[in-house]
Amino acid sequence: MNRFSYLRAGSVEEAVKAASADASARFIAGGTNLVDLMKYNVERPTRLIDITRLPLNTIEETESGGLRLGAMTTNDEVAHDARVRSRYPLLASAILAGASPQLRNAATTGGNLLQRTRCYYFYDTATPCNKREPGTGCPATFGRNRIHAILGTSDHCIATHPSDMCVALAALEAVIHVAGPNGERTIPMSEFHRLPGDRPEIDTTLQHGEIITAVELPPADFGSHYTYLKLRDRLSYAFALVSVAAALRMDGSTIAEARLALGGVAHKPWRDPDTEAMLRGHPASAERFATVADFILREAKGFEDNAFKIDLARRGIVRALSQAAAGTPQSQTDKRIR
Amino acid sequence: MLKAQGYVGAPQNRVDGRAKVTGEARYAAEFEVPDLAYGIVISSAIAKGRITSIDASAALAIPGVVQIFTHENRPRTAWFDRSYRDDVAPPGSPFRPLYDEQVVYSGQPIALVVADEFEIAAHAASLVRVEYETDTHMTDLDIKRSEAYVPPKKRSGVTPPPSPRGDADQAFAQAPVKVHGEYRIAIEHHNPMEPHASTVVYEEDGKLTIHDKTQGVQNSQRYVSSVFGLSSDQVRVVSPFVGGAFGSGLRPQYQLFLAVMAALELKRSVRVVLTRDQMFTFGYRPQAIQTISLGANPDGTLQSIMHDAVQTTSSFEDYQEVIVNWSNLLYHCDNVKLTYKLAQVDTYTPSDMRAPGAATGVTAIETAMDELAYAVGIDPVELRIRNYTEADEANKRDFTSKELRACYQLGAERFGWSTRNPQPRSMREGRELVGWGMATGVWEAFMQKTAARAVLHADGHLDVSTATSDIGTGTYTILAQIAADTLGLAINKVTTRIGDSSLPKSPVQGGSWTAASAGTAVQVACRSVRETLFKYAREMDGSPLANASLEHVSFADGRIVLTNDPETGISFTDIMRAKGVDTVEAEEMAAPGMMTSLRYSGYSHSAIFAEVRVDEELGIVRVTRIVNAVAAGTILNPKTARSQIIGGIVFGIGMALEEESLLDHNLGRFMNHNLAEYHVPVNADIHDIDVIFVSEHDDKLNPMGIKGLGEIGIVGTAAAIGNAIFHATGKRIREYPITVDKILG
Repeated sequence: MNRFSYLRAGSVEEAVKAASADASARFIAGGTNLVDLMKYNVERPTRLIDITRLPLNTIEETESGGLRLGAMTTNDEVAHDARVRSRYPLLASAILAGASPQLRNAATTGGNLLQRTRCYYFYDTATPCNKREPGTGCPATFGRNRIHAILGTSDHCIATHPSDMCVALAALEAVIHVAGPNGERTIPMSEFHRLPGDRPEIDTTLQHGEIITAVELPPADFGSHYTYLKLRDRLSYAFALVSVAAALRMDGSTIAEARLALGGVAHKPWRDPDTEAMLRGHPASAERFATVADFILREAKGFEDNAFKIDLARRGIVRALSQAAAGTPQSQTDKRIR
Repeated sequence: MLKAQGYVGAPQNRVDGRAKVTGEARYAAEFEVPDLAYGIVISSAIAKGRITSIDASAALAIPGVVQIFTHENRPRTAWFDRSYRDDVAPPGSPFRPLYDEQVVYSGQPIALVVADEFEIAAHAASLVRVEYETDTHMTDLDIKRSEAYVPPKKRSGVTPPPSPRGDADQAFAQAPVKVHGEYRIAIEHHNPMEPHASTVVYEEDGKLTIHDKTQGVQNSQRYVSSVFGLSSDQVRVVSPFVGGAFGSGLRPQYQLFLAVMAALELKRSVRVVLTRDQMFTFGYRPQAIQTISLGANPDGTLQSIMHDAVQTTSSFEDYQEVIVNWSNLLYHCDNVKLTYKLAQVDTYTPSDMRAPGAATGVTAIETAMDELAYAVGIDPVELRIRNYTEADEANKRDFTSKELRACYQLGAERFGWSTRNPQPRSMREGRELVGWGMATGVWEAFMQKTAARAVLHADGHLDVSTATSDIGTGTYTILAQIAADTLGLAINKVTTRIGDSSLPKSPVQGGSWTAASAGTAVQVACRSVRETLFKYAREMDGSPLANASLEHVSFADGRIVLTNDPETGISFTDIMRAKGVDTVEAEEMAAPGMMTSLRYSGYSHSAIFAEVRVDEELGIVRVTRIVNAVAAGTILNPKTARSQIIGGIVFGIGMALEEESLLDHNLGRFMNHNLAEYHVPVNADIHDIDVIFVSEHDDKLNPMGIKGLGEIGIVGTAAAIGNAIFHATGKRIREYPITVDKILG
């Protein structure tokens, strides 16, 4: 761990100003990821700006009928908020599929969006890693890549984004509110995280100095036909090999509206509007779901250890869509897969 | 008649339980010491080569940094290999930390940064720049197996495969039914909850008191003394509590060497704690590739057993374990050929991990036996009974006791095995295929020479002590039970002291031998106190016991009384007051009987039955039920015994489905070196576990008939689960852990 100075920000403006002035400053909220990364010398901020006292810890109704989750709300608060549970149960379910109660008590909404990959090589400073040290190479591509990406990879990086929450946010078309040196702006969830390309060190489209202030959930009607299905190497407390967020609006047995996002397969939550269009207007059926699964995975590419993820994702998508269509979402307390 | 007190055999809460849950129990890194310096280990980034430069200037410039030790400035230590060889070291040349510029494995300790504060040391360590010249390394057993060799020097305590009997090749060729397969066991790391740590207290007189995470305080003491040229009275190693070890604490690990080196050089107390990542930089359960060929008659009787194993070791030591011998030990066969070879890879030396060898070998043979059961169309339990052996055929010895048949029977009954339809894929519930599988477990019942001391105080309090450890097994409790029973005291009148090198001589805690060894030693010492006390009692003026003999008296409630007339007796306090002594003491040594070892083989056995549910489309496995019937001689404490077996089973579930240390062969480095990516079972993975202790009387192994329980719970568990997965899915997977990719693949 390197030495750093510490500032407790009293306002969003102060936090933005302090961060803008220091290229290697980092915001710290729950610290569930950043502190680990600092201990491993992966992150070496010269300054930590503590944002835990900022007034961003409320969940509020929006004028359009959605919800606005303050960036400092904890994962636990969001997952157990009555409004979230009734109107966005997919989000609550995805959050509860991740981490442990202790971590969810500390981790924040904004921090969850910014958590970094779990790639073995990224965490191990004795190895090269283009994400950690641009230009050093990607040993995962030819090394141990069981947990790595099958979609949207580049020659420079095959890491995945590890969040469960973000997969649900992608499906729900959340909007990220940020404040920065040039004022406030919003970023659609689909544009918040990026693919590695030749700049894998950059995870998101957030500019330095910008701070996430809230996540806005637009009005949605996916309260009864949804699921978050997480497939992993043990039944709890493991990152997803593949996860699927599915949300449907059913008109009888016909799918009126569909959202589908995948986790554990790419550098960002993977969503493909063309795939969703293939579901709209069709009756829910295993055959249709299989066709859709093949389509969203059409460009999937496996590496030595993780090629199985393509098949696993295909199967997981079919199951998740079946669960959603039947209105029998995956339980995150009874870990048995439905 | 007075009833025996009877703590032994009755469920008893852990006597150290309160200390553990309140935090009163201190572990190696928790001892507070004035003016303590903190050491952080720097680990090598390459697997093989040499260090060309270490630039510590930036680190040394940090205020609070005391010293940075490297191979360039390390103090002198012993010259000969034998000085570095600990009690359980395999043949070879033990690793010497900071010895020279050579790097022989990835993660090798190459420097120790010592500072006044932990955070300063950690920061300084990040500033040390190391340059290497790399050599080509090799960590891939699939490539190195072609160079595998029979270890030229046998490891002490590890029996090499016996010479072939009969003609296994020919019998296999002629057998009407054949099974042949290759079985793979992945590398596993022990991953105890408590990381390895040493707090070395530099006393005012220059002596060292060392709080070490170890399974053998006297092993650590001898190692430190011989490596650093100290007399044994200058080094005391203390380890009252150990937060799990599973074999990782059998050998002195490098943090001990580094902390002692720094303390001696700086004449200051030093603590070194390894990080979780660094817990992947020493011993591990080695990877093994096994081939098994079984030839049988149509009635299932074995005609030929051939079992070959090749397993990894380091480039500097020939680590060995017993892998293939179990096949013939479990089953009668006249034509047997077993081979065991090592292949060197550029990692640290493997080390014993819970049921070393048996967990590996029995998993393979018990998978192969399941395959044979299907090949001949005989129930897997029945197949094992048809091939049951009443003798250790390789060594031509009888067993001291063997209630394995009863294990099969009672386990099958409890599980409901008789209703099993042998047809794979014949049971399903919803989307899940249900499978039932079984396997046999076996582990050697060792006893080791151990000494113990008992001191009875005039107030009726008893202290018993021996230098063994309690790595979470319940040793404190069983020793207190045995002592309390032997002297007829309430258990709360007994204080057990262990984990201190100044106590009577004990081997490392391992091999499941502690209960038998330390337990017997404590009993013998307490018996000696009993005899002395009785002698004093008879010598008292007007003693009501004057004409009694030891057989006619009972020790109960702090008194010696006539067994036939419990009202007549004398309290311990009165006896000692009359004699004019404050204490009655005895120190005794217990050792296994030579004749017994020559004539008999002692083993514990088990039958494991597993139910799995496999999501047919997704390949996700749940182990919903385990019944394990264990025959392990006398069960001293059914409560801690049950916990031991449950722990072993959970270990076995990990081995079956989850645990694997992933080596990147390009880098020669373990990559999933943390508990987020090295998966051990979590609560959600564990369902019903039912442990049955099968009654087994053993009057040959040791006076109490104890066999030990540390390892038997894991042995066979992975095979039972693998066999259940076959029954559920029809898919035979011979490579552990059985992860989702293998089920779908």
